[in-house]
Amino acid sequence: MGVRRWIEGWPVYRQATQGDLLGRGAAAKSDGSARIEARTHSADRVVKSICPYCAVGCGQQIYVKDEKVVQIEGDPDSPVSRGRLCPKGSASKQLVTGSARTNKVLYRRPHGTDWEQLDLDTAMDMIADRVLKSRRDGWQWEVDGKRTRRTLGVASLGGATLDNEENYLLKKLFTALGAIQIENQARI
Amino acid sequence: MAECHPVGFQWVMEAKARGAKVIHVDPRFTRTSAMADLHVPLRAGTDIAFLGALVNHVLTEEKYFREYMVAYTNAAAIVGEDFVDTEDLDGVFSGLDPESRNYDVNTWQYEGTEVQAASGERDLEYEDKVSSAGRGEAHGSGGAAVDQPETDKTLQHPRCVFQILKRHFARYTPETVEQICGIPPDKFRQVAELLTANSGRDRTTAFVYSVGWTQHTVGVQYIRTASILQSLLGNMGRPGGGILALRGHASIQGSTDIPTLFNILPGYIPMPHAHGNEDLDKFIEAESVDKGFWAEMRSYLVSMLKSWWGPAARADNDFCFDYLPRLTGSHSTYETVMAQLAGDCKGYFVLGENPAVGSSNAKLQRLGMAELDWLVVRDFSLIESATWWKDGPEIDSGELRTEDIGTEVFFMPAAAHTEKDGSFTNTQRMLQWHHQAVEPPGDARSELWFTYHLGRIIREKLAGSTDEADRPILDLTWDYPCKGAIAEPDAEAVLAEINGFGPDGKPLSSYLELKDDGSTMCGCWIYCGVYADGENQAARRKPGAHQSWVAPEWGWAWPANRRILYNRASADPDGKPWSERKTLVWWDAEERKWKGHDVPDFVPDKAPDYQPPEGARGAEALSGTDAFVMQADGKAWLYAPAGLTDGPLPTHYEPQDSPFENLLYQQQRNPVRQVKPFKHPDNRMHPIGSDVFPYVATTYRLTEHHTAGGMSRWLPYLSELQPEMFCEVSPELAAERGLEHMGWATIVTARGAIEARVMVTERMTPLTVQGRQLHQVGLPYHWGPNGYSVGDAANELASISLDPNTHIQEVKALSCDVRPGRRPTGKARLELVREYQRRAGITEDTGMEP
Repeated sequence: MGVRRWIEGWPVYRQATQGDLLGRGAAAKSDGSARIEARTHSADRVVKSICPYCAVGCGQQIYVKDEKVVQIEGDPDSPVSRGRLCPKGSASKQLVTGSARTNKVLYRRPHGTDWEQLDLDTAMDMIADRVLKSRRDGWQWEVDGKRTRRTLGVASLGGATLDNEENYLLKKLFTALGAIQIENQARI
Repeated sequence: MAECHPVGFQWVMEAKARGAKVIHVDPRFTRTSAMADLHVPLRAGTDIAFLGALVNHVLTEEKYFREYMVAYTNAAAIVGEDFVDTEDLDGVFSGLDPESRNYDVNTWQYEGTEVQAASGERDLEYEDKVSSAGRGEAHGSGGAAVDQPETDKTLQHPRCVFQILKRHFARYTPETVEQICGIPPDKFRQVAELLTANSGRDRTTAFVYSVGWTQHTVGVQYIRTASILQSLLGNMGRPGGGILALRGHASIQGSTDIPTLFNILPGYIPMPHAHGNEDLDKFIEAESVDKGFWAEMRSYLVSMLKSWWGPAARADNDFCFDYLPRLTGSHSTYETVMAQLAGDCKGYFVLGENPAVGSSNAKLQRLGMAELDWLVVRDFSLIESATWWKDGPEIDSGELRTEDIGTEVFFMPAAAHTEKDGSFTNTQRMLQWHHQAVEPPGDARSELWFTYHLGRIIREKLAGSTDEADRPILDLTWDYPCKGAIAEPDAEAVLAEINGFGPDGKPLSSYLELKDDGSTMCGCWIYCGVYADGENQAARRKPGAHQSWVAPEWGWAWPANRRILYNRASADPDGKPWSERKTLVWWDAEERKWKGHDVPDFVPDKAPDYQPPEGARGAEALSGTDAFVMQADGKAWLYAPAGLTDGPLPTHYEPQDSPFENLLYQQQRNPVRQVKPFKHPDNRMHPIGSDVFPYVATTYRLTEHHTAGGMSRWLPYLSELQPEMFCEVSPELAAERGLEHMGWATIVTARGAIEARVMVTERMTPLTVQGRQLHQVGLPYHWGPNGYSVGDAANELASISLDPNTHIQEVKALSCDVRPGRRPTGKARLELVREYQRRAGITEDTGMEP
């Protein structure tokens, strides 16, 4: 690097010579900042989404690079939100990429004092067995002489954070199993 | 709204910039109050007294929109002679059975006819409806004819709804508002004047509410009072009007429409109750109506049964109607907790919800889970509902010992919205599709994956079973296409099933195409059309700036992509808009067609002067001015002759735990609220007006956190913004109890004691109620012991006492005590609560009276 370029690269020199006396404009730029690129700019693709928090339903754009979520922004096209997100929506990249997510199945055996790891397929099979047993134990063909065809053995809670398609399968499956104690956050 | 739905609040600010007046009624001064023209603090739990006085003002000052009211509401309908109002029975309606704590609702009906509600409790009159319909069979296959209710369009008949309304609300005056709510009369008048000046032909007023109205033992009637006001003022079905529920979860509307709720099937079809010898016809007879779109309930239900049980559902087996399990009373989440404690319910799925923090009386939730055989928790992180067995408050107090708890717990990691396809239904009934961006990490899976594969495994295990109990699960249509390495079910295939298919196998485009003969399938009739033309209408994303202000090509709203319900009422009886500036839909006399900026909520070619022919039923039986098309009489109900369990008109009752007596009636509380089934040593109630619990606590949310914290307390940004549990108190209360800003306070009720950092702020206003100063305490309810941002859960304080219509808990108004310093730990925490119970003289019967 020549001396001249070195001097010209010095912000104070540029402040004095380029009319940016307070150093709030172009003079403050450095080679380092020039090399920085917004994650929204370098993403491989942008996927249209909806904020998962409240029911306003703000539009989100998910920026993906190397099959990872690198940024989440408001969607300016949305007639609901016009590109805006609240603190929660703005923080939702931490929701989906944060290290506080537990990504392994955990199992606590009866009377156990700590978690153990469990294979996903094994867990699914164990849960299916338990559903069938509790369903059977709590089965009621009749109550007070009136046909009920149901079980009180199995209950479910939650659905308001889930998709419509998921709620549909939940209601369909549990009802077919005869479970009636199906509830969600509608009451909180 | 500015706190909890900030991005939605931009539209309130837009309206304000155009001259709208914003009134904020809330015990606390919040970011909404800061932007409002008028903030009206009131005592939590007294809104019916306040709104009722507004109704009285509108009636006595004749501020109602008379033409609208006469044309579109049931003001002129005449109520039967058997009805006796609270005004004559000192706070209860006719038909109360104090023993069973139920109303016989028959005395509330119109004169000479019966109507069924469009929503709410429709099973109440089953025996009557079925037996009278049984008599009706003598008249022919159509059953007994249902007449139009008798009316008096002059509104003079002493038993017409208008006159009943006048008498009922006469005692709701500015003076009672001052005494009950703590709102000074001049402030009340300001509200009344702003409200009535901004309602009518040229102007409309909107009411916006959230759980501040629903979470009471008389919550539904809060919203009913607003409905009465808005119907009198002509603010329903019109642009800028309505009563808008701001809902707090991304798809809480969707999970009500396609319900993970015990009492309804998709599209608000009631779940059947257990009755002797009930078949499909009897069910329809009891639950359906003769007029309006609910008359087609059989088509909706049969199409749903066909979606679920496919070829097994045939006309000769009632389309498998018998496969539906039957209810016996309420089976809400709180009854489920009691069933767990009783040992009846042994297995529990918790799916993206955190009841150990978020449900009322959090301790009972945990004690219930400790009685389970097994528990499956699906979430992102180890929320309190997954870890209570090792580190919950009962482990600290010694009430539970980890080694003694037999519950088997499975934690199943959940996929995020960015990791799956699917639709959310937002608070304005609009479905919006979110596309999958990446694969879920590790063992994380969507609920779609979990539910589908669980069902698949269960069906494999039951294959070949000849047990009749297994038929519904073996006959279930359960063959969704899967894709990718993890075999994720195709969410669009599920959406297509929800939308439904015609006899030709092609997607349906409207619920009007549904048939009751089994030739159509439809998973949820109100969502029919979301997959019209085989296209995912919920995924439509034409930019808002490129279309009309209604933005009909962004997402898809049920029903029929209609954005404002009952919008026929935006035009006058002749079909002309009430005013130029409030134009939404109108009748085009030349083309003989309804037109509009929005999709008209009316039969497209039904002229305003249409009169139904003799014997007509369904939509055909509604006249050209019956704008409220889901209602059996086509009218907005000022008086609800059916559908509610606790009265046809709203009445002020005190909350379950109140420091005051009911000033209006001898009857202190809602006589049919649900409290007795929840009698439990850990769910004790407060005596009326107890000076041991002199303050009123109200729970709420913050901008920076979400519900019970599962989606916010594990995020560093949000945890930094709101790092721990706190309580908001006024400087006056701080002085009275020696509380220091940033210090600690302990809040106590008969259920529990929690600690919170103290925020002394003028945002909390002491009120003068019944001649004495009342202090209120604000409690955000987001916290629990897990995550980055921690604190005690406000729901440790709340009781299980419920609204009888919705089974919603009263967490918005409960009496409490506040003391300086941190709460005791271990056994001493329990002892403190017991000491309070002793001091207040609380027994198991306290607060249990009807």
